[in-house]
Amino acid sequence: MINAVGEPQSLLLLGGTSDIALAIARKYARAGLRVVLAARPSDRRTAAASELSGLGCEVAEVDLDARDHESHAATVEQAFGGGDIDIAVIAFGLLGDPEQAWHDPDMALELAEVNYTAPVHLGVLLGKRMQAQAHGWIVALSSVAGERVRRSNFVYGSTKAGFDGFFLGLGEALRDFGVRVLVVRPGFVKSKMTFGLDEVPLAVTPEQVADAVVDGIKDKRELVWVPGPLRVVMSGLRHVPRPLFRKLPI
Amino acid sequence: MIPQPLVELHGWGRASGTMSHLTQIDSVADAISALRKSDHRGVVPRGLGRSYGDAAQNAGGTALDLTKMNRILSLDASSEPATVTVQAGVSLDHLMRSLLPFGLWVPVLPGTRQVTVGGAIAADVHGKNHHIEGSFGNHVRALDLLMADGEVRTITPDGDTKTLFWATIGGMGLTGAILEATMALQRTETAYFLVDTDRTADIDDLMERMSQGDENYTYSVAWFDAVTKGRHMGRAVLTRGNKAAVPDLPVKLKRDPLKFVAPSLGTLPEIFPNRMINKATAKAFSTAWYFKAPKHRAGELQNITQFFHPLDMVAEWNRVYGPNGFLQYQFVVPFEEDEAFRRCLEMIVNSGHLSCLNVLKRFGPSNPSPLSFPIPGWTLTVDLPIEQGLDKFCDALDTEVVGAGGRVYLAKDSRLSAATFRKMYPRLDEFLEVRREVDPTGIFNSDLARRLQLNTPATGGAA
Repeated sequence: MINAVGEPQSLLLLGGTSDIALAIARKYARAGLRVVLAARPSDRRTAAASELSGLGCEVAEVDLDARDHESHAATVEQAFGGGDIDIAVIAFGLLGDPEQAWHDPDMALELAEVNYTAPVHLGVLLGKRMQAQAHGWIVALSSVAGERVRRSNFVYGSTKAGFDGFFLGLGEALRDFGVRVLVVRPGFVKSKMTFGLDEVPLAVTPEQVADAVVDGIKDKRELVWVPGPLRVVMSGLRHVPRPLFRKLPI
Repeated sequence: MIPQPLVELHGWGRASGTMSHLTQIDSVADAISALRKSDHRGVVPRGLGRSYGDAAQNAGGTALDLTKMNRILSLDASSEPATVTVQAGVSLDHLMRSLLPFGLWVPVLPGTRQVTVGGAIAADVHGKNHHIEGSFGNHVRALDLLMADGEVRTITPDGDTKTLFWATIGGMGLTGAILEATMALQRTETAYFLVDTDRTADIDDLMERMSQGDENYTYSVAWFDAVTKGRHMGRAVLTRGNKAAVPDLPVKLKRDPLKFVAPSLGTLPEIFPNRMINKATAKAFSTAWYFKAPKHRAGELQNITQFFHPLDMVAEWNRVYGPNGFLQYQFVVPFEEDEAFRRCLEMIVNSGHLSCLNVLKRFGPSNPSPLSFPIPGWTLTVDLPIEQGLDKFCDALDTEVVGAGGRVYLAKDSRLSAATFRKMYPRLDEFLEVRREVDPTGIFNSDLARRLQLNTPATGGAA
């Protein structure tokens, strides 16, 4: 469990090779921290494991295939095999090309599965385990794209809208069992997911997202925006009338 | 039995609560039944919740609330020494009040009377007289232990059961649940103490005086200023005393020399913000506390509460630290490592972390328990509000303490790592060996046990 000074003893990173997941792991890394990296087997996963081992962590690698729903139960089982998980981070996701996404049914389905169906399925499995251990945090990496879905990336945005709603609800359901959920809504994150895209104002780094996660857990928050001022921006955008919203360059 | 709802349990430091099924135990049969019905999350015995960290909580599992097992079963006042047999949930407050009219005295008293006998044994608590009388476990003659197999066994410090007995002393409730205890008592003519107070100029002055004079006193402890830096670093108020005899009392008190004086100033309300202890308040408190004490005063008569338990006058005093809570860091280093001890003190004073309730004491010889905290040496305790950077600071203190062959007190701990703990307690494997034998599947379990990997390999714990 997370000790009196806020140090976890174990982390589970679902999407363990994502830039944000690894940035979070680096923040918590210390001698003896157990880290379970759940991701598809790859050189990236191996590299991440050896980097975290180098920081003194005890790393275990577990296979995760978001689209293979049948395999999820075994993945979660394995992840908890070494003992309680203090913080589980759901960090995998797919951005896709926004125009292709609404023309290509396969791509739309893939986005829906990876960004919504799989997190919901895994979220239920994680929730069960966490409920039994009666402590722990689930960190769900959502996006401001889900807060008000925009024309420019509405397939992705709609998956994140569903994702966001599910995890906020899961957090309410698990509260009475001593388990907390932190939903994180970053804006544009400069990472491998957005590599090559034009940067937008208020863009953040994975390290900034990780800082927000660490602070959010410390302060026992349910929802954080990264950067913080995005909350105000989004709160304004939410109320812009549709004819005007359509004309905004966002 | 109806499944108990989950309730949040935390230690006295209020910093790392989790949810456990709290089950009230009214009889031995209740305890056995709760044990049989526990699932893989296990059970932990709990008393009055005065350990500071996560020792008496068990996330997702069961915590046995033993505070209703609070009867004094028998008293043998004529034997030498006198002995008393009690249920584990009897508080030291209740026990002292019951024994004083017979002129009997509980031999070891920690900083509060609001602890149970079971908890005092499981944490092997110590008091101001450790240098003369040792810790609580030294005075226990027999225990009834509810073990993982559902049997209740009587165990004693000598003979066939001594290994299990000493693993249970200081064993943090992980060898079984203590249900009854028989302990040796001391005799006293009065409930008062003759106290000498000295204000010392700095840490060297303090350590010198304690090394010289402690043997003349049964009770000795110092409060020190952990805020003032420089020349007066470690300035302190040293109070030492012995039990008073009837002729020492003024006429008025002679009429009722065994009177138990325990005034209450009320309960602290839940209104304090975080950072109530800040630079200004800590400095003001420490300066006032230091100068309030006389430079030297001999033979002052003090009652039990004044001398032993001033904090017991205010119920729920831990609320002063606000909702974030605090931790207590208590360590001991061997006498020959007094330089490391000074370095730790310097680190604390210069850390920017502020502590007001600071206690310094010399420990005497340790007892045979593998996990008992006291070893001969200097022990120091500070209360630190939970703040940014406290994790790194405590890690740095750990390194210094481990380097000096010292250790941290489990009853206070809420943050040690398993690896550091192992370095501090070289006899850990002896304890784990006993645990593997008496509780192979790890039915007795707690948040502390999971954090420090005190579980048997079967449940994925010990490395």
